[in-house]
Amino acid sequence: MAGTGRDGVVTRREALIGAGAAGASLLMPGRSAWAQGAAKPAEIKVGIATYLSGPASVFGVPGRQTAEMLFDEINAAGGIAGVKVRPIFVDEGPGVDHVVGEYRRLVQSEGVHLIFAAISSADCIACAPLSDELKRPTLLWDCGTQRIFEDNRYSYAFRTQANATPEILAALLYLLKVKPDFKSIAVINQDYAWGRDSWDIFRTAMNTLKPGVKVAAELFPRFGATDFSTEITRVLALRPDVVLSTSWGGDLDALIRQASDRKLFERATFVMPLAESSLQRVGKALPAGHIVGARGDHWFLHPSPADPERLKRFSDTYKAKYNAWPIYPCFHMAQAVSAMKAGIEKAVAAKGGGWPTDAELASAFKGLEFPSPTASVRIREDGQGLENQLIGTTLHSDKYPFPVLTDMIVFPAESVTTPVGQKSADWLKTLTPDMVAKLPQAQAFKS
Amino acid sequence: MTRRSETLFALAGAVLILVLAYAVPWLRFVLTIALAKGLAVLGILLLLRAGQVSFGHALYLALAAYTVAFGAVLVPEALLLLPAAALLAGIVGLLIGLFVVRYREIFFGMLNLALSMVFYSVLEKFYALTHGADGIRLPPVTVLGRPLAGETGEWTVLGIALVLALACGALVRVALASPLGEALAGIKTRETRLDFMGVSPKRVLLAAYVASAVMAGFAGAIIALTTRHVTPALSYWTTSGELVFIAILGGAGSVLGPFLGAAAYELTRVYAAATFANAWQLVLGLVLLAVIVFAPGGIWGMITSRRRAA
Repeated sequence: MAGTGRDGVVTRREALIGAGAAGASLLMPGRSAWAQGAAKPAEIKVGIATYLSGPASVFGVPGRQTAEMLFDEINAAGGIAGVKVRPIFVDEGPGVDHVVGEYRRLVQSEGVHLIFAAISSADCIACAPLSDELKRPTLLWDCGTQRIFEDNRYSYAFRTQANATPEILAALLYLLKVKPDFKSIAVINQDYAWGRDSWDIFRTAMNTLKPGVKVAAELFPRFGATDFSTEITRVLALRPDVVLSTSWGGDLDALIRQASDRKLFERATFVMPLAESSLQRVGKALPAGHIVGARGDHWFLHPSPADPERLKRFSDTYKAKYNAWPIYPCFHMAQAVSAMKAGIEKAVAAKGGGWPTDAELASAFKGLEFPSPTASVRIREDGQGLENQLIGTTLHSDKYPFPVLTDMIVFPAESVTTPVGQKSADWLKTLTPDMVAKLPQAQAFKS
Repeated sequence: MTRRSETLFALAGAVLILVLAYAVPWLRFVLTIALAKGLAVLGILLLLRAGQVSFGHALYLALAAYTVAFGAVLVPEALLLLPAAALLAGIVGLLIGLFVVRYREIFFGMLNLALSMVFYSVLEKFYALTHGADGIRLPPVTVLGRPLAGETGEWTVLGIALVLALACGALVRVALASPLGEALAGIKTRETRLDFMGVSPKRVLLAAYVASAVMAGFAGAIIALTTRHVTPALSYWTTSGELVFIAILGGAGSVLGPFLGAAAYELTRVYAAATFANAWQLVLGLVLLAVIVFAPGGIWGMITSRRRAA
């Protein structure tokens, strides 16, 4: 009697071991061949960590859509060095321990050749050391924190875009150029790491470049807040010249709509370094004359793209497929895909057509320069990508149902990125005001 | 189920975990996390015996995980960090327990929830120390002076988790069969009777509460040593909810329930996430619904009822 029950259970579990072991053994051989650099793999598998659930899916889903679109394009053109590519998506929604587990599964069970990780800075901080431990080339495709390559060095992790320092510094420099005489500022940021970090960068740089600006209020509404009436009332009463908000997603949409209803936009100039991703959702609720950034030189109407044809094809294909213009995570994904293609091709060429090992592929990314939809990005020796920054001012045009950008300044990557081996917090204190005078010319919106 | 067959079952489970971890390398990580969560749920089980549901045990999980993360800078020895983290969780559990055991049912659950959310906010707000939502990366840790890294590191943590799970499981099994366990059940059925018998229900519940905090502390320390990255999400209410979810999934009938539940939960989650990257929550939800509707006693209940039927 006792036997029957236990037998039933054991059988079920045995089935599980069987399935797991079979799955693993099926996938392992192809993988080890790649590791020895012996044979061409049947396909290049790419694990992609992105938000498919939760608030950050406003970035994660467009990122996934772009990956699907570009992987299809690569495959239609015959793959990379003759090998087709296949994305395997994992959800960042459940948090760091889930992503770390998924990273291991992607490497040890799926046998992916490359990993794109991740949107969340916490996930990137956790995955970068894993890339070295499991020796799998990893492209950090969207996360913002500057801590990763400033605090550590990795041989297998590379960032195919900029980081928080240039993204925020560019917005400040733009503000200093177009509104040099502002005297006070208020900040309304989400109450979590990014909101705090980005304000820290902005404040440090502002105190260096324009000391004496009064900080009227530092407001950190809860992450995911839907009601900003308290913050708006406070700012209306304090009347600062400038309001900074590095918020994004639903938080920023709600803030913009509520601030617009209460005419706050008429009293202060807003600086919103991430608002490019919200423009199409808030539409013309966001008035003209406010400063908007895009975490890089990401704008489907970029005034001076390196290859206008390339940008137009990218934007139009995305728009045709998903009925929206691409936003910055789409561009970040396009950069990761482009880096992957350029990296593999470089490694294959270096081997005279043979297939590179994981280590050879990883070293191909060091110093790699690859095209982005708008310009090109170079990966520095410390793994950090050098990406230009674009900041502009909103403008209402009849051609689009949402604000577009005008007076755009494209900041060359080197001028706003912390040099190799320095920490952002220290470097920002060495900036000099003549930086503002040396900025490139602003470029107007061309209809 | 008799004590002997339960012991056999536990040992068989331990062997099975080791076999699985050997056969499928990436499952080592998942199983270690499952064992850790099982440990925390074991504490929840003690409280469930008294009819109390805590929606805030993630507090002790996160407290221990952050203790390991901060402590590792000073003393990078896992075998010292682990008990230190559990001890701290136990001390905080005693302090908090002193007043939460005065409340019952929804008030008990909500108070725990509130306190864990306070801790969550502390982790988020003391940004300069904790790096907020980005979390802290653990510095390199050693076990008996040898670095805890790579494959041996994974096996070591899995081994520690397994030993702790077996030891705590056995202790809780003994405790539940002791007068203390009977008194806990008494709180659930009729508390006044305990008073009449001269047993203080508060003291009984406090003992269980502190024990559950210590076990959640062990769990948090193991999670920190496994993921090597701690974030405030560990103390968020959803983590506490997850522990209660696992307790229901596994069944409260036996000390094996939490571990069965945790393994089922983690495996369902990873397989669901691997198969349906954008609908895995749906799969997990359906599994829980199915368990509630068709097997109110959880997985353990399913096993025992089948035995009875046979």
